[in-house]
Amino acid sequence: MVRQCEHCGERRQALRRPKTGHKVCRECFFQLLEDEVHETITQNQLFKKGERVAIAASGGKDSTVLAHILSELNTRHDYGLDLFLLSIDEGISGYRDDSLETVKRNEVQYGIPLKVLSYKELYGWTMDEIVKEIGRKNNCTFCGVFRRQALDRGAALMKADKMATGHNADDMAETILLNLLRGDIARLSRCTAIMTGEEGALPRCKPFKYTYEKEIVMYAYFKKLDYFSTECIYSPNAYRGYARDFIKDLEAIRPRAIVDIIKSGEDFRISSTARMPVQGVCSRCGYISSQKLCKACVLLDGLNRGLPRLGISRTRGIKSTKGVADIDEKSTVAEAGGNGFSKKLSLEF
Amino acid sequence: MWAHSRGGLELLFGSVKCHEVDLDSNEITVEKLLVWIRENLLKERQEMFLKGKSVRPGVLVLINDYDWELMGHLEAPIKDKDSVVFISTLHGG
Repeated sequence: MVRQCEHCGERRQALRRPKTGHKVCRECFFQLLEDEVHETITQNQLFKKGERVAIAASGGKDSTVLAHILSELNTRHDYGLDLFLLSIDEGISGYRDDSLETVKRNEVQYGIPLKVLSYKELYGWTMDEIVKEIGRKNNCTFCGVFRRQALDRGAALMKADKMATGHNADDMAETILLNLLRGDIARLSRCTAIMTGEEGALPRCKPFKYTYEKEIVMYAYFKKLDYFSTECIYSPNAYRGYARDFIKDLEAIRPRAIVDIIKSGEDFRISSTARMPVQGVCSRCGYISSQKLCKACVLLDGLNRGLPRLGISRTRGIKSTKGVADIDEKSTVAEAGGNGFSKKLSLEF
Repeated sequence: MWAHSRGGLELLFGSVKCHEVDLDSNEITVEKLLVWIRENLLKERQEMFLKGKSVRPGVLVLINDYDWELMGHLEAPIKDKDSVVFISTLHGG
């Protein structure tokens, strides 16, 4: 049952592309994937010549392949970009310290300089310490919020004009589903944008928005790219896991479901009567926020005051920062907590 | 034939990345191989690797570096000296 590639007609078929169903050889697969990413970049005008771009890198499959393909396309199509790798150390022993070794190797392999920033230096807490404090629930909430800010700070520190992340089509579909399941209209309206934050100092884009996870893994496998592949030890309890399992089951039955969900997400129109938050800045650290205090400040307050549920449990009535409203806006986050923890850190953005 | 595990799956197989498998007959299907793996190799957490008769969605299967989807999925034949690779995509990127 050996058949020739449907693209070149010469070499033997090596894989079936989920998005199109095309059965192609290895070489055509590389070319088609790289061309598609190039088209995504150009059609959506993701980059401008001469821009300094931070590639958010974790050492995982998506960011490693992103670094590889982006540096390849940068040369091949003369994007003229100044690329560097940006990595965040959340302080998860046995997980992040290993994957950071991978990014250090990527730095050498792709010839792209690397900057690492840690939660410890930014917030005074590692994820391990946070989980010890709050238990095994809502870990991803803390980590995700902190990492988002950490990446922005790191990129700003390194004078980047833009950031690129490795979010792939499967991630996009999961996020759309998650927001739907949670009734988060605000996020639902924003999450399909291929570039966000254009009005701010540091826009971030997703060149892999339409790229299937399966293809990223196959690309890395065939090209023998070095990446780190273990699940974060705190993730099994994450809500996203349910959305992921569902998406995977859908993909097995009808692979196009993933891009179709993204299309649905892009075409959603929010009812004019839906109440939408207004974007402002955090009164304490200046980061973007739709509330008086940004989520990171609220979560950090909770940690430092020994109130781990702060920012996690729903407050009654309108979404408010009840419980932290009494804190002087100008004060630094300095507390000698009830547990004997004393973490002093002032957040400035 | 040899069964390899990648993408974190090796942890389910006692952290061994490559297993040599002796077949009873000259040719088996992937489906039969999975049964064999479940009974002989899977040290823990079967649901991470298997779902029903097949692999858990999100696990890629390659036979001699060719996508099993080209060869009939579960019906894909495996012969002596073949190499089967299982790659998990289910982890952070």
